[in-house]
Amino acid sequence: MKSHLILSIVAKFLIPLVLLFAFYVQFHGDFGPGGGFQAGVIFAAAVILHLLVFGHAATEHFIPTAVLKIGAALGVLIYAGVGVASLLAGGRYLDYDVLADNAVAGQHLGILLVEAGVGITVAAVMILLAYSFQQRGHDA
Amino acid sequence: MISLLLLLFLAITAIAIVRSRDTLTAVMLTGLSSLISACLFLLLDAADVAFTEAAVGAGISTLLMLAALHAVAPVRPQPRRVAWPALIVVLLCGGLLAYGTLDLPPFGAAENPVHQHVGNHYLEQTEREIGVPNVVTAVLASYRGFDTLGEVVVVFTAGLAVLLLIGRPRRKDEERDAR
Amino acid sequence: MSWLAHFNYWAVIVVMMTGLYMAIAQSDLMRKLIGITLLQTAVFFLYISFGFVRNAQVPILTEGAERYSNPLPHVLILTAIVVGVATTALGLALVVRIRERYGSIDEAELASLADEVEDLEPHHDFDDQDEHP
Repeated sequence: MKSHLILSIVAKFLIPLVLLFAFYVQFHGDFGPGGGFQAGVIFAAAVILHLLVFGHAATEHFIPTAVLKIGAALGVLIYAGVGVASLLAGGRYLDYDVLADNAVAGQHLGILLVEAGVGITVAAVMILLAYSFQQRGHDA
Repeated sequence: MISLLLLLFLAITAIAIVRSRDTLTAVMLTGLSSLISACLFLLLDAADVAFTEAAVGAGISTLLMLAALHAVAPVRPQPRRVAWPALIVVLLCGGLLAYGTLDLPPFGAAENPVHQHVGNHYLEQTEREIGVPNVVTAVLASYRGFDTLGEVVVVFTAGLAVLLLIGRPRRKDEERDAR
Repeated sequence: MSWLAHFNYWAVIVVMMTGLYMAIAQSDLMRKLIGITLLQTAVFFLYISFGFVRNAQVPILTEGAERYSNPLPHVLILTAIVVGVATTALGLALVVRIRERYGSIDEAELASLADEVEDLEPHHDFDDQDEHP
């Protein structure tokens, strides 16, 4: 791959900021606009920027496909697991009231975990999509 | 006023996409239309949706389309001719829909039937029941948590299907088909 | 401004119908997908328009706010956007596979290829190669 000096320096500067912003959106979603879906997509956007500028091999070195496959499934597992946990705690499926001592704390915990699950799955799937299409395009 | 301008711009972009001969132009204009609609969502008080549309529509979606376009290249330009039967069907359908809108309640009125049902319950009860200021998050993750679980499974399944279709790098014996 | 009361819906209809026209009239599969994406955007916009309340706030609870827009359409569309891009990617993957296998993504050409295959049965160039690794 040809080296694009300006692109790679700007990308190196931007990627950490975008990742940080993704985490902010993930954990601040209860108070401002944001949440798992947006955070997952923004996280994926940062990784895809890396993919575009530094190539598939460099990005896969940091985030291997195998990890992404596990991550995509793990997010769904966390989400569904929260539901099972609230069943076991004596409530209904995905009824977070019973997860902590009082209902509001339980809701907070439940929303946090569920949003984390959403974020992990969305980010992993989006990065996987980008990997797949990029590989196809590369040797065509 | 600015939203009217943006709406007009969105409609013009859509027509430009249809009329473009080059698919690359169409893809880039689709990204633009996503960005315009993100601005419109923000003007219509949907901050979360605007956020998502800006990140997904203008970012990831355009990028995936470009990557796919690269993989299917070269694409022949679309001949500029009008398919009259399709145009007539579309115009009829649009006309019917426009006729239907005349019976819709006025845009943005607080008394509209949409706002009389469960939406008010969410707005009034979220503070007491969930204790989270962002009502959209409360509805998304708690009140309609089961729905969202379904959506996450759909995203997961779509990712799985794409992996099955084009997950592996292309094999050598498939190259011969590339013309 | 009463004549403008439905302007939103009309703009939605224009975008929606452009998308529909692309999906049925243009034979390039990529352009069909772009058309469907446009149609999808129009539907999203329609929902958000329904949820809007004039002089209201973004549905994030704040001190002193009187009235909020309806959060329910926002939730539905928020998830639909992300699901939409995932399903669009699935469509794109299918298009890429079709291109690799048949060398074309033009609907008319693909149809004529299918006719050819029918004429030349049973043995043909497009034997299923995926079966042997």
